Amino acid sequence: MKGYVFFILGAVLTIMGYSRGEAAVVLKKAIRICLECIGIG
Amino acid sequence: MRGLIQSISAILMNGQIAGFLTGRIYTGKSKTFCVPGMNCYSCPGAVGSCPIGALQAVVGSLKYSYSLYIMGFIMMIGSLSGRFVCGWICPFGLFQDVLSKIPSPKWKLPKWTAYLKYVSLLMVVIGPLIIVNKIGMGTPVFCKWICPVGTIEGGVPLTIMQPALRAQFGFLFGWKMMIAVLVIIMSVVSYRPFCKVLCPLGLILGWFNRISIIKLHVNHENCTSCGLCEKACPIELNPVEETTSIECIRCMKCKNACCNGSIELSMK
Repeated sequence: MKGYVFFILGAVLTIMGYSRGEAAVVLKKAIRICLECIGIG
Repeated sequence: MRGLIQSISAILMNGQIAGFLTGRIYTGKSKTFCVPGMNCYSCPGAVGSCPIGALQAVVGSLKYSYSLYIMGFIMMIGSLSGRFVCGWICPFGLFQDVLSKIPSPKWKLPKWTAYLKYVSLLMVVIGPLIIVNKIGMGTPVFCKWICPVGTIEGGVPLTIMQPALRAQFGFLFGWKMMIAVLVIIMSVVSYRPFCKVLCPLGLILGWFNRISIIKLHVNHENCTSCGLCEKACPIELNPVEETTSIECIRCMKCKNACCNGSIELSMK
């Protein structure tokens, strides 16, 4: 039962995060080479 | 079967094959979404975002100090099946599985090393809030100083293909290569050291092993305590007593080893 509650809560949080613009931040970061990630920056 | 599913998911997450030939990363909108596993978005083949990198990007941005989007996503996959994604979907899990098949003496890591994952998690959620640049943007501390996934999947192929990046080699690259090589060597002599010791995503998903919708269930009435499942467990758990351990990656080797059918996947 707890699993279902957390799944729904997760879905709600995901939608809330998407609607407040977090997805755009993720996209902006992901489409440029992350210099820190590859050990340059 | 597991290897096949792991391979298919690794190919699907890194479907931009042209990126490996051109040394350029994919810039499509699918990167708005995270993949269920550790797969660096700076890998030339990556078509989605790494949830740990994305979490640090949002936390470190000027606009947000926490991420509902990423934590919600991780909560969804965790509450659905716990660390099932570690055992069956994560490309870096597959990478370590392949390395573990190289014949060599095998070592057991000390149990305390599992707690180092908490340091990784702090680096992910607190690091970008504390270590900021002049304009206030947070540093992805875990990605920058620890994560071997970015070094191996992104750093190595990109620096091979792009001389301009090679020209910028410095201490950081050397440091990250050292960690990557250490993880590779340890993956040969010990099963999944990154998952056991360093992975913050595995730690969060592991918290859901106890409550996930799909989980391992032991039928104690059938169990003869033969110990076959314990011998089969690559994580060195006793599945009869620790089916919901946060370390269990749900590889199902215990289920396959059980000759009584006492261990099963269920939604109970």
